[in-house]
Formats: sequence, C-alpha cells, structure tokens
Amino acid sequence: MENRSFYNEILTEHNIHPEFKFDLDDADIVLEGVNPSCGDDVWLKLKMDEDTIVDGAFIGDGCAISQASADIMLGMVIGKKKDEAIALADTFVKMIKGEASEEEIESLEEASALQDISHMPARVKCAVLGWRTLKEALSK
Amino acid sequence: MMPDINEIRKEFPIFENMKSGEVLPFAYLDNAATSHRPKCVIDAEMELYEKHNANPLRGSYPLSVEATDIYENARKSVRDFINASSASEIIFTRNTSESINLVAYSYGLTKVNEGDEVLVSIMEHHSNLLPWQMVTRKNGATLKFIECESDGSVDLEKVKELITEKTKIVAITHVSNVLGYENPVKEIAKLAHEKGAVIVVDGAQSTPHMKIDVKDMDVDFFAFSGHKMFGPMGIGVLYGKEDLLDKMPPFLTGGEMIDSVSRYDAVYAELPHKFEAGTVNAAGAAGLDAAITFMKRIGYEYMQERELMLTKRALDGLVKIPHIIVYGSDKAENHTGILTFKVDDVHPHDVSEVLIADSIAIRAGHHCAQPLLQYLGVNSTARASLMFYNTEDEIDRFLESIATIRERMGYGK
Repeated sequence: MENRSFYNEILTEHNIHPEFKFDLDDADIVLEGVNPSCGDDVWLKLKMDEDTIVDGAFIGDGCAISQASADIMLGMVIGKKKDEAIALADTFVKMIKGEASEEEIESLEEASALQDISHMPARVKCAVLGWRTLKEALSK
Repeated sequence: MMPDINEIRKEFPIFENMKSGEVLPFAYLDNAATSHRPKCVIDAEMELYEKHNANPLRGSYPLSVEATDIYENARKSVRDFINASSASEIIFTRNTSESINLVAYSYGLTKVNEGDEVLVSIMEHHSNLLPWQMVTRKNGATLKFIECESDGSVDLEKVKELITEKTKIVAITHVSNVLGYENPVKEIAKLAHEKGAVIVVDGAQSTPHMKIDVKDMDVDFFAFSGHKMFGPMGIGVLYGKEDLLDKMPPFLTGGEMIDSVSRYDAVYAELPHKFEAGTVNAAGAAGLDAAITFMKRIGYEYMQERELMLTKRALDGLVKIPHIIVYGSDKAENHTGILTFKVDDVHPHDVSEVLIADSIAIRAGHHCAQPLLQYLGVNSTARASLMFYNTEDEIDRFLESIATIRERMGYGK
C-alpha cells in the first residue's frame, strides 16, 4: 500500500516534532483560527518589533496537515516584515488553490512540501488555517 | 436458501460501475451517513418522471391520478413498514431533520410552557437536539439530558428519575449514530407516558437495520430518512399518533394543505395533507416504496446476520491492533454496524485520508453529535459504518490499512 505523497517526511516530522508549538508568554498579537466543521484549532502568537515579526509560536489541536502547516509557516515568517509575511501567505494560498507558478512555489521553500494538497479539496482548509490566521492577525 | 451477496451487490449500479471502472472503486464504510441504492429504487424514481409525471393531488387527468396513486401507495407501504394504525399518520418530509423540526415547531412550541422540561439524551444527533434547544429557549423551558454509560447504554432507573411531572417531551434516538447502541425506546415510552409526556424517536439509524413497530414501542412520534435505508435522498417520514397530529397546527402553510381559503382565513386540509404544503416529492416517495419492497425481499434476518458477522470481524480485528480505541460496547451485537474509533496520536482526519489512499471510505469528525463527543472526552473520531452489502474482503482491507496508519504517519509501529 503506497502512501499519498502529501504525507511526506517533511509533513509528518513537523507534525510529530514541531519546533514552534508552545506557548509564547510575551506575545503582542494572539489570534485563534478555527475550522468549525472539522475542529482544527490554532492559537497563533506573534511578538513584534514595529513591523517585524521577531518571535512566534502556536498552540493547537488538529490534523497533521493543519498543525504541520502552521509549524512550517512560523519557521518561515519569523524575522520577516509584516508585508513580506502577508505576501508569503498569499502565495501559499495560491499554491494550495493550484494557481501558483513554479517560481512562486519555489519561493515557498519548505512550505512547498504541501503543494499536493491542491488536489485534495477537502483538506485545503486544513492547510491554510495557520496562514489565513497569520494574515488576519497582521492585517488588523 | 440464503441469497448470494455477490448477486445482491449486482443490483446496486454503483458497485457495478466500480467494477467496470466508471466509478473509482472504493470500500464504502460510511453507510451511517447514507446508504447506496439498488437499481429498483432508482428505476422507480425515474419511472415516475418518465411515465407518470404530473402534479399529484391536483389534476383529474390520468397522469395526475397515476402520480397521486403512486404517492399514496407509498404512504400505505410506509404504514405497513412501521406498523402504523393508519396512512393518515404518515407524513412525508424531506428527511429526519425536517420531521423532527415539524414536531418541535408544531407540537413543541404549542405544548411546552415556561417551567416545563424537555428531556433528550446526550447521544442525540444535532437534528434531535437543536430543535429542542430552540423550543426550550423560546418558551422558557429547561432542556435536560439523559447521560449514557461507557458502553453506550442508558440506565432506565436514571431515566425514570429524570422524567417528572414537568417533562412534556422526551426526545431520544433509537440507535446512536456514533456508538450504535440501540436504546430501550419501548421502556422509555412507558416511563414518559406514566408522567404524561410524549416521546419523539429519531429512527434514522435504526430503520435500515431492524424491524420497526411503532405500535409495539408505543411511541408518539417517529422520524426517519429514506436515504439511509436504500431509498432516495430528499424523502423522509414523520410518523405521529393520529390524535396528536390532528390537534397540531400546520408546520408549513401554502399549497394543497387547505380545504378552503378566503382573504384572511383558511381551513386546513385533513391529515396527512395538512402537514404537506407545496408540491410533494412523489418520485422520492416512489423510490422509498421500492426501497421498502427491496428490504422485505432481502429480509431483516439475512441483513442482520450479515451485518453482525461483518461487525464482529471488524471489531475483533480492531481490538487486536495496538493503539486503537473503539468506543462503546465490546460486543458486536450492540453496535448496529457502527464502529467509532481512534488511533493514538493520529488525528481522525489523517486516519480517513490514509484510508482514502487505500480506497476505503470512512467518516472522520464529530458526526453531528458534538455533545456526545465532549462527553466521551474527544474532539473528533473516526467512524466505520457497515451495511449488509459490505464484504469480508472490504473489512479485511480496512483492518490491514488501519494496522499501518501509525507507521505511515511517522510513528513507530
């Protein structure tokens, strides 16, 4: 029995051993993202220095895709400016919708490991949960 | 002689289409969500449109008379199917949810007053919970809960204590869509009646699997859906005792539910038409009639024997796999074909996704029964639900796939 390619090692590794899944006490921005129909839940916590994300973490409960995606995302956006992070989120959503170019997918570095989810309409909302929460948090 | 399951499966176009490759072949283990339909059901529905298409109950020309006859014959079949006293007690709706909403809006809102109580069980599907939340909230009444034991059973002594003089309605599922346990509806009906309450039973999960006798159970209302018992989607039934239905106001108003209408007033039609406003689903009723005929031909004895054999095979296999928790009873006969389970560390949606890769369809999530899941202490679970037409091979593939999930998700064996 072969596995679906999107449960690749990058995804399972981020799910089982997440780097950023912990409580960040001194966060400046805290926002919860939920997928009510499946119960995926992510509390995103960001520490800002003016327009720069200097630290971040999340706590949450959900499927491997939602949790790994949030973990990968934090690894990519810490140290980035607000605008850059929002642009990354937009590109990520584009990739998951199957609308991103090769170059755009490449720019997503590790997050591109989730590109096959574009073929799984039922799991799109899991993959984008952390990213849409990030965008909402930064757009406030 | 017992029928051959492979011959019966040939009656289901979806299985034939899977064989030919027109439909992606899948082991379908989500029967509690909806069943597949045999060709006789699909044909009956199509035939109404192809040969008897006119608005039932309206015209006096042959097509309309035929459509009316088909529709009313279906009502009689349903009456026989659940052993109701009269065809007037059979209301066609869209589904179980609509049936229960009819009772809630028409009976609940007029009979439940401030300070009264409505009793439901913790096992209710949202469709037999939200209508009662609405009624009690709107009328200032209290909603109370029958809890269940860890195997999914209810303690009748506890139920007895919960039903008081204040209780106006007891609403309970016949079979839980999560745990599969059959509730002692007949005994609960007796307890409810002793205190002057009526009982509303959600039969969505029981009607596909067991003989229903509303007279023997002495229930006041019984709701079910056609699509879970081999019938079409979009046709459901509400059974209600005639003396209760007779006194209830209409739920929906409009066409063909009246005797006469003046500018500011209307005289409503007799039962059952009082509760069937607008053009009815005659094709759906025809399909439901065919589904009942199909079930009678196959017989409960055969269906139950197969379902138990398959459930036993699945349950025995699941409990042997490490890191699996099965919810509810440890006896296959108490599951009505429904096995809800969890794989340690792996989220149910990932369980379902890995099974999809192996061409097996199950359900993951809260199964529209969030309070029960909270009570069990989980956010979501995986659920495999069987029908007599499933095969031993499908169960074995399911078990084989489940046994590999943790490893495939990056955990050790």
